[in-house]
Amino acid sequence: MIELENVSYSYGGGELLSDVSVQLQPGSFHFLTGPSGAGKTTLLKLCYGALLPTSGRLSAFGEDIARLDRDQMAMLRRRIGVVHQDCRFLDHLTLAENVALPLMVSGRAADAEQDNLTELLHWVGLGARLEAHPPELSGGERQRAALARSVILSPDVVLADEPTGNVDWEMSQRLLGLLVELNRMGKTVLIATHDLSLIRAAKSQVQARVLRISQRKLQLAGADL
Amino acid sequence: MNPADIRLLLRRDARADRVVPPTGFTAHLTLFVSGAMAFLAVFALALSLASGRMAERWGSELAGAATLRINAPAEQRAAQTQAALTILQQTPGVASARALTAQEQSALLAPWFGPDLPLDTLPVPQLIEIVEGDPGLDAAGLRLRLGAEVPGAVLDDHTRWREPLVDGARSLRRLGWISILLIGGATAAMITLAANASLAANAQIIEVLRQIGARDRFIAGAFVRRFTYRALLGAAVGTIAGMAGVLLLPEASDAGGFLTGLGFQGAGWLLPLVIPVLGALVAFLATATAARRKLEGLS
Repeated sequence: MIELENVSYSYGGGELLSDVSVQLQPGSFHFLTGPSGAGKTTLLKLCYGALLPTSGRLSAFGEDIARLDRDQMAMLRRRIGVVHQDCRFLDHLTLAENVALPLMVSGRAADAEQDNLTELLHWVGLGARLEAHPPELSGGERQRAALARSVILSPDVVLADEPTGNVDWEMSQRLLGLLVELNRMGKTVLIATHDLSLIRAAKSQVQARVLRISQRKLQLAGADL
Repeated sequence: MNPADIRLLLRRDARADRVVPPTGFTAHLTLFVSGAMAFLAVFALALSLASGRMAERWGSELAGAATLRINAPAEQRAAQTQAALTILQQTPGVASARALTAQEQSALLAPWFGPDLPLDTLPVPQLIEIVEGDPGLDAAGLRLRLGAEVPGAVLDDHTRWREPLVDGARSLRRLGWISILLIGGATAAMITLAANASLAANAQIIEVLRQIGARDRFIAGAFVRRFTYRALLGAAVGTIAGMAGVLLLPEASDAGGFLTGLGFQGAGWLLPLVIPVLGALVAFLATATAARRKLEGLS
């Protein structure tokens, strides 16, 4: 589904990722871990085309990302839901409008999708907060709203960058539960996190592959997690 | 950019337009600049049209007439005048010719010498007014014949003072059009600056939109629509104000000269209505270019 072959990425003369190879198979669940600054976010950005590899080959859904034109890249991003640690909402829009934003940009009428939108917001526990604006939401509510936005177009892959970085343990378990549920629906999930307790907690719920970035290289993590 | 892209960029979409929050600074700048420039464009257009009319009038009025001056001693003046009139009657291209009366010559000199000029005591040449026919007369041929038969005759076909006047009027018209082009360029530059400021202020929103799969034309459309319609509104207000200003100028009159003739006539009043459309077109192109450059700079 998403495949990196000997991918390297450099910026400002320094190499951030070196010779990374990994496959995200359909329906798989991955954790990406490593110390802060190791390159987790960079790897995620490469996966959804926000960055292009300096060398190597990166393909998504069978297409070489480097060969896609701008419109094709936009289409690709609709098939990959992304949850950022800082959520990135448009503060002047309501929660419902923010979550419905991918529908709008893809040309689908939000009115026609109203039932799905409401159902989705209930699924993440925000059914009563439709008209709230992002600054009025708690950290956990924002993360759940970001998760809802990332999946409203029913993408094949969900990438989450430190989704539990700003929430308490209880809320992180709730978010993990939602991501596991998405995986059970057939979505490919990749979570970048430095929180090893989250990975340990996930072990009882899902069969996850743990990848670690260390010294610019990607490794399959051992049993010490 | 094909017509479908242009339609997509301009089609109203209230929800899509809500994605980019209106920013006061760029909104006010666009409205003010397009309004002020449209106001100036109306006056430049009025100047250009008035100059064109003036060049045409001066050209046609003076081109159809000539003056013959008889510089002869007093005792030969009547005979040479009669000889000149006879020649003129035989000259092809002369519709009519007549000697000015003493009163008419006196009236011509009155602005310089006063009304009580004793014309018969002064060596004032006799003037003959010639009205040309169609086709006009052959001035060079007439001069040769007059030189041989009426030694005191000097033909003035008005060329030497008609041409600078017409050239002056044409230069004024050219200046008017250049002003309109400069106004268009300045409007484009200011709206480009405003659009760039708006794009920079909304960089985070653009990043979010791209990340969730928005195409460039969706993002550009949100900016292009806003700037185009703002420019259209500002230019419409500026044009109406400019037309009102032109309307309040004094009516054209001979006593007032050029300044009182500065305005629109007849169907010319419809021409300023093109200014808001051109203003919107300039804003459309400026914003679309700025947005395209900005978006292409992102991966």
